[in-house]
Amino acid sequence: MDERVLEAMTPYFFDTYAVATSEFGYSIGIESKEGLERARESIISKLEASSGEVIFTSGDTESSNTVLKGIAWALKEKKGKHIIVSKIEDFSVLNTAKALQKQGFDVTFLDVDAEGFVDIEGLRKAITKETVLVSIQHGNQEIGTVQDLKVISEICEEKDVFLHTDATHSFTRLPLSVKELPIDLITMSAHTIHGPKGIGALFIRKDTQINKFMDGGFQEFNLRAGVENIPGAIGFGKAVELVNEEEIRHLKAMRDRVIDKSLSEIPDVTLNGNRNKRLPQNANLTFHYVEGESIILHMDMKGFAVSTGSACFSRSLESSHVIRGIGGDHERAHGSVRFTFGRYNHMGDADAAIDAMSEIVARLREISPLGRK
Amino acid sequence: MKFPYSEKVLEHFRNPHNVGNIENPDGKGLEGSQACGDMVAVYIKVNPETKVIEDIKFESYGCASNIATASVITDLARGKTLDEAKKITWKLASEELGGLPPIKAHCSVLAVEGLRSAIRDYEEKHGLVIEKEITTEEVVRSKLKHVMNPLTGLDIIRTNLILKTSIEDGVVRVVVDLPADHQFASAIKEDITEKLGSLWDVKRINVVFTA
Repeated sequence: MDERVLEAMTPYFFDTYAVATSEFGYSIGIESKEGLERARESIISKLEASSGEVIFTSGDTESSNTVLKGIAWALKEKKGKHIIVSKIEDFSVLNTAKALQKQGFDVTFLDVDAEGFVDIEGLRKAITKETVLVSIQHGNQEIGTVQDLKVISEICEEKDVFLHTDATHSFTRLPLSVKELPIDLITMSAHTIHGPKGIGALFIRKDTQINKFMDGGFQEFNLRAGVENIPGAIGFGKAVELVNEEEIRHLKAMRDRVIDKSLSEIPDVTLNGNRNKRLPQNANLTFHYVEGESIILHMDMKGFAVSTGSACFSRSLESSHVIRGIGGDHERAHGSVRFTFGRYNHMGDADAAIDAMSEIVARLREISPLGRK
Repeated sequence: MKFPYSEKVLEHFRNPHNVGNIENPDGKGLEGSQACGDMVAVYIKVNPETKVIEDIKFESYGCASNIATASVITDLARGKTLDEAKKITWKLASEELGGLPPIKAHCSVLAVEGLRSAIRDYEEKHGLVIEKEITTEEVVRSKLKHVMNPLTGLDIIRTNLILKTSIEDGVVRVVVDLPADHQFASAIKEDITEKLGSLWDVKRINVVFTA
């Protein structure tokens, strides 16, 4: 987390510790409420949304649950019980869709191509009169692929279906304006941009028909019950303000360095995702003939934290659904490594990471029964 | 730094023993798990008189516990007779390593299977194997003892995850006491299919979940 975020949050734990009140409440509660609204304003202005269109949640998982369940429940009698999601969504969307399937909703899991782009024609064909929601992410959490939201949102608008996009990994780092694109709902989270964990947000366009997901009080325009996480919201707002163009250029430069160096200096490496239409902070490559968890452990010992789509690493013992979604086999997932960059990385880190990778991959290949020439 | 493995596991992972292959081995075994994608190859040199394993090497396309187990198991097998080496179990290797996380049983048990299949390879080549056995329910259950329950690190028979098994005309039916959407359902299913698929007279495997 950015220290400036913590600095902004601190007064809301101590001096202005009150629960937000209505404008007729006591003054310390009114101050809390004002802080909350200023934080909301940061997100609203980033999205070019209107006031009242953004609510705070506990994170991207809650935001996506709110959307999928809220829309499904609101429209099941009025319109239909069909939902469309892409195959490579984050679990917060994918498993929510599966849960709805169990409750009798009909879910289409849209295919993606070898780079992770959703099948646009497939989407067009999948939408029926019964379709209540299309949920397609902005940037992918593993392979970084950025979807063409312009085309997707136009299709949904033309067919008069609500569109949700999970922008957890792209928000602030890629342009996303609800004035320009007819997107109805957007999931966001603070933890991906050096904000605190446990706070997220959800954009809900005016007049979107959605049911409340948790019952309780009337907070957040009566869309999200429960005492607001005010320090969290303040932190999120601050984190949004701190992202700037120069930083994004720097992230891209480090990402590109890792991709180029890996492909040119290490043999038998495949890039996962598209070379250019990808998240600024994300590089994902498969190092063939070696296993990801072994790589991670060696990298960890050298002080680098990277991630893998290998089954050995996952909590369910299943290899990455994203790598399999782009047509990759177990082998492709087995040696896949994701590098994510942040504000505190330097170009030297990207170089050092690949030097370390080069050595580790060579060592592991020496003991691997595969890939001998 | 905080690692999920014991010092012993990390030591074997950093500097694995007996790595590589043997040219013209007397026996070799290659075991792979469809469920997690790991692979282990084990090569042995056997003294034809005494049946002692004189040299043993392994290669691994696997995770840390897979590499560490292969390293320790090849240490244990070296200098033992084939019959003694057959008795080396995953549990023994795990104890030797100061314990392995239960969820990792799955990848590390492959090393034990690699050793056993190298021994079997030697025995087959040297006419030491007896007639092919007809698959019965008992054979199925003994095979299933090699499928790990990732929740506990113990096999699915011992942890009572298997409610029922039956075999008829080469079709095996296994009823697993887990809901089909359980976190580990598909990993366990793949593992069962893989273990039973190696039986010569099994044509099809139906894995059924209870909910």
